[in-house]
Amino acid sequence: MSSMSPSERRLHKELMSLIKEPPPGVTVDTESVQQNLSEWKINIKGFEGTLYEGEDFQLLFKFNNKYPFDSPEVTFIGTNIPVHPHVYSNGHICLSILTEDWSPALSVQSVCLSIASMLSSCREKKRPPDNTLYVKTCNKNPKKTKWWYHDDSV
Amino acid sequence: MNSDDEYSDEDHGDSYRLANSPSSYMTCVESDEDTCTEIDLPERPKRPIEIDEFAYTVLTADQIVQHQRNIIDEVNNVLHLSPQVTRIILNHYKWDKETLFERYFESSPQEFFHRAHVVNPFATPSKHSLKSSATTTTTGKPREQLCGICYCPCEELKGLACGHAFCAACWKQYLANKTCSEGLAHSITCPAADCDILVDDVSFVRLADDAEVTARYQQLITNTFVECNSLMRWCPAPSCTHAIKVSYCEPRAVRCSCGHEFCFGCGENWHEPVSCSWLKRWLKKNNEDSETSNWIAQHTKECPKCNVTIEKDGGCNHMVCKNPSCRYDFCWVCLGSWEPHGSSWYSCNRYDEEEGKQARQAQERYRSSMARYLHYYNRYMNHMLSMRMEHKLYANVQAKMTDMQENMSWIEVQFLKEAVDVLCQCRATLMYSYVFAFYLRNNNQKIIFEDNQRDMEMATEKISECLEREITVQNLYEVKQKVLDLSHYCRKRRTVLLVHVREGYEKDWWDFIE
Repeated sequence: MSSMSPSERRLHKELMSLIKEPPPGVTVDTESVQQNLSEWKINIKGFEGTLYEGEDFQLLFKFNNKYPFDSPEVTFIGTNIPVHPHVYSNGHICLSILTEDWSPALSVQSVCLSIASMLSSCREKKRPPDNTLYVKTCNKNPKKTKWWYHDDSV
Repeated sequence: MNSDDEYSDEDHGDSYRLANSPSSYMTCVESDEDTCTEIDLPERPKRPIEIDEFAYTVLTADQIVQHQRNIIDEVNNVLHLSPQVTRIILNHYKWDKETLFERYFESSPQEFFHRAHVVNPFATPSKHSLKSSATTTTTGKPREQLCGICYCPCEELKGLACGHAFCAACWKQYLANKTCSEGLAHSITCPAADCDILVDDVSFVRLADDAEVTARYQQLITNTFVECNSLMRWCPAPSCTHAIKVSYCEPRAVRCSCGHEFCFGCGENWHEPVSCSWLKRWLKKNNEDSETSNWIAQHTKECPKCNVTIEKDGGCNHMVCKNPSCRYDFCWVCLGSWEPHGSSWYSCNRYDEEEGKQARQAQERYRSSMARYLHYYNRYMNHMLSMRMEHKLYANVQAKMTDMQENMSWIEVQFLKEAVDVLCQCRATLMYSYVFAFYLRNNNQKIIFEDNQRDMEMATEKISECLEREITVQNLYEVKQKVLDLSHYCRKRRTVLLVHVREGYEKDWWDFIE
């Protein structure tokens, strides 16, 4: 463990605790993480009693060597991208803690919980209004997008 | 007032002085003439338009830092807080002492400090005991605590008054990252999630513990200070590190100690008679044909409050102006205030109508005004190019002055250089006079303006030709008289044109074409 960089050491600790005590509905794809510690796939379940009940989603976390001082790059991947006013059809998420409100005291677990709660509080399944234009023109890395956060209610 | 420090420009009557000592730069220069009692003669009503003084000082980077300290001290004479806390609060109010005092006396201390993102220094300290994510061993030995960032046990955790604490290594990296990678200084918060308490400058130096990072931080702080402060502006000349400080904000000519003369209102080269906003439109329009500008026209809009050019690169329509002194919330689609949009942000129904109408109008305007535009543009460009040539003239004139010194003294040949100065000044004024005229609607005053412009242009061309072709050492004294006469006449024509325009601004004669 001594050969690890501070960033790897912290990721390792986070991984251990996520595997040991995962929050409800969140599971780490350990196979993907074993291949590469800087890219994690995480499965999250739509909670019961919400619009996403019974659905399964997959998140991709990418970490650079400045993590946790730099935020992770988080997108939805796979065949089922949640239909939500803050989630673009290419998987990009408009969530302030992923860019300007990121704090190094946040973690993979707290990001997962924020995304789960963002989904749970949704009252109408629809895509963001500028989805078509955005998906056509955006950078592959959602962190390169300057997001304007507008509404915390959904 | 030390007369050595004072310079004055004969044409504008603008005066300023350079600050020589930190203690002197705060004083405002008032025109001596203002303090004299003078009876305004009815036949000279133009006098106040012709001679009006604009006082300003040039500050070096060190003087700016000192100036900040002075303001902090002034505020602390009333508030009696630690300087670092006062600095954060001042920055919150964009260094406007009056607003700060107003808020201080009208709101509760708790609310006041909360709004400025600092911990209330008068609150009972027990509330702010360390609340790190620490797990302490109860063995009585030095307590080992877990740092909330690296998740490693550490002997000592440090933090701000909010009580969130992290290990020294994490603080160092956090602050270095914020300052050097993200370019933040005043707005760095405690690293804890959801904590909006700001890192003060004293804590920064202590926790960053790195000379290079601290130097960068100091630079950023000074930068924000000048940019937030409506009474200050950086000299836009490349690699100049001075700033200009004025006592009231107005679009006026200022000259930095590096020699660059520019407009305090917008930072462009001094552009009388045209106003800042029209010049900005003109410059944008000039670039409209290039690819870049097509892009700018399509992808940018101006902030409806501060006119900064804004690019939207995705995300939602709720825009927050990033200009540190503006921060206006508005809707990208209708450019109205964001407030009424509320939560139904995507059903802003003003979109189709307005945007469509604007686009159609813009197109029509563009076509019908192309010929007119080219008329003014060609003349504007012509004077600009001539002005660049005139700068070459300085070298020629210098050579001639050396030749002449066989027959005349150094002081006697200065008239040549001064004549080129006048010529360059006239070229600049003529250049901007075409921008002014382009946006001007026809009326009788415009006819007078155009007559003045013609006279000035003729005078300018005459002196230009004379300086370029007629100067020879043979006819020295004859030429000297001619050059002096011509430059005097040019200067006079320029004053006439500018005074007329100023009078027009004052009396509302000018009607501009939107």
